[in-house]
Amino acid sequence: MLRYALKRLISLVISLVVASVVIFAVIEVAPGDPASFMLGVNAQEDTLAALRAELGLDGSKVQRYFNWVGGMMVGDFGTSYTYRTPVSQMISDRMWVSLPLALYALTLSTLIAFPAGIYAAARRGKPGDLTVMGTTQLGIAVPNFWFAMMLVLIFAINLRWFNAGGFAGWDKGVWTGLHSLTLPAIALALPQAAILARVMRSSLLDILGEDFMRTARAKGLSRRQALWRHGVRNALIPVLTIIGLQFSFLLAGSIIIEQVFYLPGLGRLVFQAISARDLIVVESVVMLLVFAVITVNFLVDLAYAAVDPRLRGRS
Amino acid sequence: MSRNLLLGAVLSSLVLLAALMSFVWTPYDYAALDIPNKLQPPNARHWFGTDHFGRDMFSMIMVGARTSIAVALVAVGIGMALGVPLGLTAAARKGSWLDEVIMRGNDLVFAFPSLVIAILITAVFGAGAINAIIAIGIFNIPVFARITRGAALSLWEREFILAARVSGKGAARISAEHILPNVANLLIVQGTIQFSLGILAEAGLSYVGLGAQPPTPSWGRMLADAQTMVSFAPHLALIPGLAIIVTVLGLNLLGDGLRDWLDPRIRVARA
Amino acid sequence: MSLLEIENLSLTIHETEILKRVSLRIGAGQIVAVTGESGSGKSMTALAVMQLLPNGAKTEGAIWLERQNLLKQSEREMCALRGAEIGMVFQEPMTALNPVKTIGDQVMETILIHKAMPRTKALARAQEVLSRVGLPSDRFPLSRYPHELSGGQRQRVVIAMAIALRPKLLIADEPTTALDVTTQAQILDLLKGLAREYGMGLLMITHDLAVVADMADQIVVMRHGEVVESGATTDLLHNMQHPYTKMLFQASGHQVSLPELIEHRPLLEVRNVVREFRLPRNGLFKRPDHHRAVDDVSFTLNQGERLGLVGESGCGKSTLTRAIMGLEDVQSGEILLENQPVFAGHKPNPAVRRKMQVVFQDPYGSFNPRHRVARLITEPFHLLDTPPTGTERQDRIAEMLTAVGLSPDDASKYIHEFSGGQRQRIAIARALIIRPELILFDEAVSALDVSVRAQILDLLAELCTTYNLTYLFISHDLSVVRTITDRVMVMQAGRIVEQGETEQVFSSPQHAYTRTLIDAAPVLPDIGANVA
Repeated sequence: MLRYALKRLISLVISLVVASVVIFAVIEVAPGDPASFMLGVNAQEDTLAALRAELGLDGSKVQRYFNWVGGMMVGDFGTSYTYRTPVSQMISDRMWVSLPLALYALTLSTLIAFPAGIYAAARRGKPGDLTVMGTTQLGIAVPNFWFAMMLVLIFAINLRWFNAGGFAGWDKGVWTGLHSLTLPAIALALPQAAILARVMRSSLLDILGEDFMRTARAKGLSRRQALWRHGVRNALIPVLTIIGLQFSFLLAGSIIIEQVFYLPGLGRLVFQAISARDLIVVESVVMLLVFAVITVNFLVDLAYAAVDPRLRGRS
Repeated sequence: MSRNLLLGAVLSSLVLLAALMSFVWTPYDYAALDIPNKLQPPNARHWFGTDHFGRDMFSMIMVGARTSIAVALVAVGIGMALGVPLGLTAAARKGSWLDEVIMRGNDLVFAFPSLVIAILITAVFGAGAINAIIAIGIFNIPVFARITRGAALSLWEREFILAARVSGKGAARISAEHILPNVANLLIVQGTIQFSLGILAEAGLSYVGLGAQPPTPSWGRMLADAQTMVSFAPHLALIPGLAIIVTVLGLNLLGDGLRDWLDPRIRVARA
Repeated sequence: MSLLEIENLSLTIHETEILKRVSLRIGAGQIVAVTGESGSGKSMTALAVMQLLPNGAKTEGAIWLERQNLLKQSEREMCALRGAEIGMVFQEPMTALNPVKTIGDQVMETILIHKAMPRTKALARAQEVLSRVGLPSDRFPLSRYPHELSGGQRQRVVIAMAIALRPKLLIADEPTTALDVTTQAQILDLLKGLAREYGMGLLMITHDLAVVADMADQIVVMRHGEVVESGATTDLLHNMQHPYTKMLFQASGHQVSLPELIEHRPLLEVRNVVREFRLPRNGLFKRPDHHRAVDDVSFTLNQGERLGLVGESGCGKSTLTRAIMGLEDVQSGEILLENQPVFAGHKPNPAVRRKMQVVFQDPYGSFNPRHRVARLITEPFHLLDTPPTGTERQDRIAEMLTAVGLSPDDASKYIHEFSGGQRQRIAIARALIIRPELILFDEAVSALDVSVRAQILDLLAELCTTYNLTYLFISHDLSVVRTITDRVMVMQAGRIVEQGETEQVFSSPQHAYTRTLIDAAPVLPDIGANVA
């Protein structure tokens, strides 16, 4: 188990290193000099040089890469070109909207999808299954941000159960914060739940055809007992992969959904930064998102080993 | 032919037809402003109503279909053109360093969602429909590489491949002659699904301004424009949304239907 | 009164007739073997007793387990019977166990699901039955997972689950077909012993007549869903009534006569060949261990000679075969065909490759389903510098198809239009079409029904006369190797432990392992081979 975890950890570190090089290289390709962009065309050469030094833009590319990575490890993401404030501070405020939103949505999606998928698999071909499958077919086709707009129209504008947008913040208590993230999380979660439910169903159906399910029935387990005791855990193995992938979709989705609900998350930050050509902010936010995706997939790999003893190796 | 396949084919070709038709005919010029007739709900003259500039929504939806389909189709093309050879190579050289590099590379690309790639490209080169194509296309590469490799690996274990090797055929020739034709069905099905995901992704990207830029109409941007007006002109949001849903639903049904129809095991069982 | 009595059982699945008025009975402590070729309905009979038939199954008749008609039991009542009154063992031990649960949990589940005893007692019982089937808990703790056990050990776990509650009836559906011959002998002994010790009725489903003759009290022969003949084993063996029964026994012990050997010129020479595989590292900084799949193997195969290679799974015979075919490079030693190396500078040598062809085991996986027969069997033409074209090509295809007993018209068909036996004929045509010096038969008849197998063996003997074949026949089936080869090699753990004239080796084996193999293989009684 330890060896497996260590192996995954090494591959996590390699992925992070390569990802950071790629992101740094792409941003380096960007034309123009941030310092002259910030100070305007008439700036003096020595003021420019001073600003470059302040922003860490002098020195070779390799040196700058290591400065950037080294800084990130101690929580220093550099200074925003437009606001002249530390990027780390800008990010840390916004991160606590986007990440909780993605996790909230992931939880909802899993809570909806598992029962729906298991229910459908257990009633394969019967009306219950057909209803679930029809609904999920439709759910997959719905763009989450459009669904979000419809939720706003119904639950915020017409029924006034929720605010149409904005974020109350976490200082007023977890429930207040969660309440303002609920509509966005539902909008994100339902289309993903549709996918996950279908994966859960087909994975379970595959397992139901396995020899060991017949062995279980031969022991005297009823169809339902066999499904729960032997089917679900084995079916989880492919489902976990999808959950890992879904996190990255949900994170990307939450950045889009923030626009519908005017949430002050990473999405808003990054889109403002793009229009202001504040590349250091873009670079850091992108790295953070990629870091989150890679880390979640590492956790999924560990979860595999918890579910499947074959991965743990001989003990 | 199953009901799914039929319904999927009908819906998909309806959208495709609308997109092709828009090159020669639309009810109105999609860009023509008509401020006095703005924000009309659907009626006999404007089947889908008009937007806040009085532009005909039906015409915009038709031209928008063009954008969506073009972006998604080219993105699937990129994914297949690069992903399939990578997958075939990885499978043919299973366990070698080349396989390892390809698969690790795949994992890495998976860590960059389309949106993140689009953000990076836009930040560096500026906005445009091309960004959406590249971003979605890059994300499609590992999808096709992985599915091709997976299917090819099990084929490589089959004895007819061994027989071909005993007949002196090399890995490249075997991949082209024996492996590719036997994974083609799978790729067609996956291609349909990626196509529908591409439509969704394009809509999302143009909604946040990372996709097609004005004046090119796109469904995603129509939704972005509609956002502030949804309370008093809900048709502005409903119609592009329904267009997306119909297209994606159609393609997904088509993909599912094709899978069942092309799968010889299921076909035999049915016969 | 019988323990189990099947009365006129008929079964249809989605309107297709599977079983027709099948009747048989089993007494307590009695072993009844149901035998027949694929499609005979023997497995469906077993599943009907368990009431675990596929969807769309409709049954008629009656299955009496003591006083209860199983066909009339509700699903709930059947659940109470399965595992408690009737246990079942399946064919594939590798997939019959849940990979994510420990063997202890899986054996205990049988006990707990029937609420037969409290958890602590169930644990003790699980330990007890596992030791009874040969997995004592000091060496095989209950916390083991299935993937940590071999195929034979897994089958023991499956048996332990089936007998944990001492059922009155045990059904075993091809319980040893997936196992090696020495393991098979142990499992059969175990099943026999359990039936006698617990007084269980044992319903044994098997295609292997030697196994049947060896252990059954009663034999039931089935074909196309019908019982053609049944009776007490000795009576039936000595006095077969039905022609199908006679044919089956004859085909099982089928003998062919090979033409005399003429030349003694070496064709294939294998010298000190070693092939190692790297095992996964045991520690991050330890050097990886190596597994010697082929360990210093040397032999010579003469022109016109028919050489056999026998051994159990994992003995290295597949690796050796692949090395000879030039599909895998070897670490040391050399393989020469007519004095030319199979591998030249780590690349397969095309000059040698065209002198060699192969016939594989799986008649279903051996052909690209998208190509027609003509294209399939001409694939080896790729090896020739100037492959025949036009009418010459047509003639060669027609000649080959005729030679293997098919029609030249079959060239334009797809492979799914053929049966397993016909496919194996096509595979032989493919191997023969470039007139190779050497053909490798890699378990080429192992997947076939006995009657089809007999026909293919006849075809081989015939082709030996017409085409003066030289071949290496790799198989785990000793009886087949005995009749189809002149000389035989026995392989164990990567080494060839014995080689010699086939009859000599079989009648007076020198090496201990050869003796174990021969003793373990169930043999047909002479009576079977002599009926006609």
